[in-house]
Amino acid sequence: MSVTLSFSRLALATASLSVAAPAFAAEVNIYTTREAGLVQPLLDAYTAKTGIKVNTVFMKDGLAERVASEGESSPADILMAVDAGNLLDLVDKGVTQPIKSATLEAAIPAELRDANGNWFALSSRARVLYAAKDIDLTAFNYEDLSDPKWKGKVCIRSGQHPYNTALFADYIAHHGAEKAESWLKGVKDNLARKAGGGDRDVAKDILGGICDIGIANSYYVGLMRSGKGGEEQVKWGDAIKVILPTFTDGGTQVNISGAAIAKNAKNKDEAVKLLEYLVSDEAQKIYAEANFEYPVKAGAPIDPIIASFGELKIDRVPLTEIVKYRKQASELAEKVGFDN
Amino acid sequence: MTTTLINRLKPSSAASISSGRLWFVMGLLVALAVMVPVAALGFEALGGSMALWQHLAAYVLPQALIETLILLCGVGLVVMVVGTGSAWLVTAYEFPGRRVLEWALLLPLAVPTYIIAYAYLDLLHPLGPVQGLIRAILGYDSPRQFRLPDIRSMAGCILLLGFVLYPYVYITTRAMFMTQAANLVEAARMLGVSRSGIFFRIALPLARPAIAVGVSLALMESLNDIGASEFLGVRTLTISVYTTWVTRSDLAGAAQIALAMLMIVVAVVAIERLARRRQRYFSAAKQARRFAPLPLSRGAGIAALGFGLVPVLIGFAAPAIYLAVEAMKRIETNGLSTRLIGELGNTLGLASAATLVVLVLGTTVAYMARALPGSLTQLLMRLSTLGYAMPGTVVALGVLIPLATLDGMIDRQAQALFGVSTGLLLIGSGAALIFAYAVRFMAIAAGSAETGFARIPTSLDQAARSLGRNVNGTFFAICLPLSRPALAAAGLLVFVDCMKELPATLLLRPLNVETLATHLYAEAARGTYEEAAVAALAIVLAGLLPVILLARIGRR
Repeated sequence: MSVTLSFSRLALATASLSVAAPAFAAEVNIYTTREAGLVQPLLDAYTAKTGIKVNTVFMKDGLAERVASEGESSPADILMAVDAGNLLDLVDKGVTQPIKSATLEAAIPAELRDANGNWFALSSRARVLYAAKDIDLTAFNYEDLSDPKWKGKVCIRSGQHPYNTALFADYIAHHGAEKAESWLKGVKDNLARKAGGGDRDVAKDILGGICDIGIANSYYVGLMRSGKGGEEQVKWGDAIKVILPTFTDGGTQVNISGAAIAKNAKNKDEAVKLLEYLVSDEAQKIYAEANFEYPVKAGAPIDPIIASFGELKIDRVPLTEIVKYRKQASELAEKVGFDN
Repeated sequence: MTTTLINRLKPSSAASISSGRLWFVMGLLVALAVMVPVAALGFEALGGSMALWQHLAAYVLPQALIETLILLCGVGLVVMVVGTGSAWLVTAYEFPGRRVLEWALLLPLAVPTYIIAYAYLDLLHPLGPVQGLIRAILGYDSPRQFRLPDIRSMAGCILLLGFVLYPYVYITTRAMFMTQAANLVEAARMLGVSRSGIFFRIALPLARPAIAVGVSLALMESLNDIGASEFLGVRTLTISVYTTWVTRSDLAGAAQIALAMLMIVVAVVAIERLARRRQRYFSAAKQARRFAPLPLSRGAGIAALGFGLVPVLIGFAAPAIYLAVEAMKRIETNGLSTRLIGELGNTLGLASAATLVVLVLGTTVAYMARALPGSLTQLLMRLSTLGYAMPGTVVALGVLIPLATLDGMIDRQAQALFGVSTGLLLIGSGAALIFAYAVRFMAIAAGSAETGFARIPTSLDQAARSLGRNVNGTFFAICLPLSRPALAAAGLLVFVDCMKELPATLLLRPLNVETLATHLYAEAARGTYEEAAVAALAIVLAGLLPVILLARIGRR
């Protein structure tokens, strides 16, 4: 017994930075590709409420690889990711586990979670159109982006970014690969500058006179206009108007942020409880207020800035379907030299 | 086989053989350790199909190869001209401000490529101060009426990378000018050779190995850069590796491209070495005399100072001032986050530990190659520097997979034997991250140690050996003390590089551990630029101290 104890001390001392969680302290460990700053207010609120400590490590790429390589020893309990494709990758790599939770199933609509309980959406966002204020435009179809009348007037981030890959994949789901390719070619020809930068740069570049329209995510408008990103960004946010574009035969393309329970979670019960908290009215309100995302829970309030875009009509193609075309979308973007 | 090799190389006393063997074994272990991630990637690459290459060959490689080539040629040219030119300027001529310029020229080293890209994107944006001033002068009131071409271009990327990476060439070349050129240059001056003649016919050919080392370091950095290239929209091969892995979840394919790139780099480096093989660069056995700089007239002196300041302004002052202004705005409204202090501690702690490891191992390998000359030890030396030729993300993955697996084995053994879970010993303690830094930056330490040792005439080793010192004793009595400045310089370079490193740090750090670089990345990722500016400024400031120390070493 004493030998075991001193060894465990030694191990803890050597791994002083590691979280070799003792069984008595309630803790949850999160690996996230979501910027820590965005989820931190929610986690802080949770810790304040329950006394359960939440440890996080934010990483960009390689989350699935890290959890998979760590195997049974992995300290991860919850895996968080942005983009449906990234979440489904986790399931494909076998690093998640299915869970049953009546609370989660009641709060999250069926199309925003895995039927087996391998992943759950916690918030959602729309891929919208930013347009210069003085442009006469009230409605827009994604298909219009390739219209030659926008030549030299479109700004967008890299065609390989997951947000764009999902949009392009959705296009393939609607119109097939062939039409998607010529559409992408048309969009590429319309670009005012190289595809790149971030979504906020679209607003910034519209104010800077580089372009007239661009595609970006909905919540950035809230982050810019609210002043959370600093004074400069208020000007960017105010320089644009937002239109919810639709597919000619569908609705607006929506993506999610979500979470899964890690296959080798040591604190599974606490982890499920934390997820259940994240879809509570209180947490969904924080998602809407602090991050300007669309809550996933029906009836949860939407931030006024976001609500001002009008009513969101979510596209009919399910996320799981879109994800199937991801690889093809990425390859088509390379084929037309979207980022060149 | 090893024994016979060593016997053949060093027919000496029994003690010498055993201490020589110790160095060999240590060098072998270092080379093997560096090969671990390469092997792990090779293993991943084998798991994939080759189907990817058809698509790549048709749509990706033509563009990516051309862009990579243009980028490398451009950056190579810029760092060569700026690095060599500025080194010659402060070595060969005396003018007001020269002593300040001597160390100021090193400052851009403290600025990571992703920070300079981000700073200039903002500074030169139509909404930024530069274009705003131009519009005010020309009388336009909206960027819609007048704006300059976009910085997001190949030319922009070449210039920005060139102006932060030239110090690699400056450091190596200036050391060469100072220690080697004095006698020849003075002889040439006496024989009436013109100033440009001295530079082009004597200094430049003499400095070729140093320029080659510096340029190749800068080119590796450019080749493996993701931050600046991504920001500025340049599609290099590294970006293709990245896209294949991240967007298409094809790790095997990404590993295949990365290994193909590695092979190209190895081939290019080998060709350069081969081309230089016939030339011999002897160093005088006596301590080389200091170069006496030629005083310039007043006008020429001011011009020289002006020229010398350009790289400092572009590569350091402008982005640093920009960051300081942005950071001040943030601190005024939100105060200074206390998180930064902890992050600074983590950054310095990790970088110090990694520097120590890299320095000891790099010196070991270099000394092994010197004490036991031969093609096998040369090969080991080259292998142990391979990590620098791979993108940081790729090294990180190559380290992650085997080390996490090892962690799992340790944990299972501990549970089976003692009933205690060790958790993730290597990743959880940060050891995996330090290992990744070591793999990545071993080339800097080993390369610097190699050049440091090369200046010591082998006759000194022989003298020590004939006085009864073995391989070990010779190292501590001769090589270590005489190459101390080179090693210290290497240590500082490694330290700054570890501090700036991003991809491996992001992927391999333990829970709840943030460094300045990861904080900066997280802020930039969600576009809270002002907060990012504080972290970016902290990285630049923390990098300044080692850079200034580096300058002091250079002066001695």
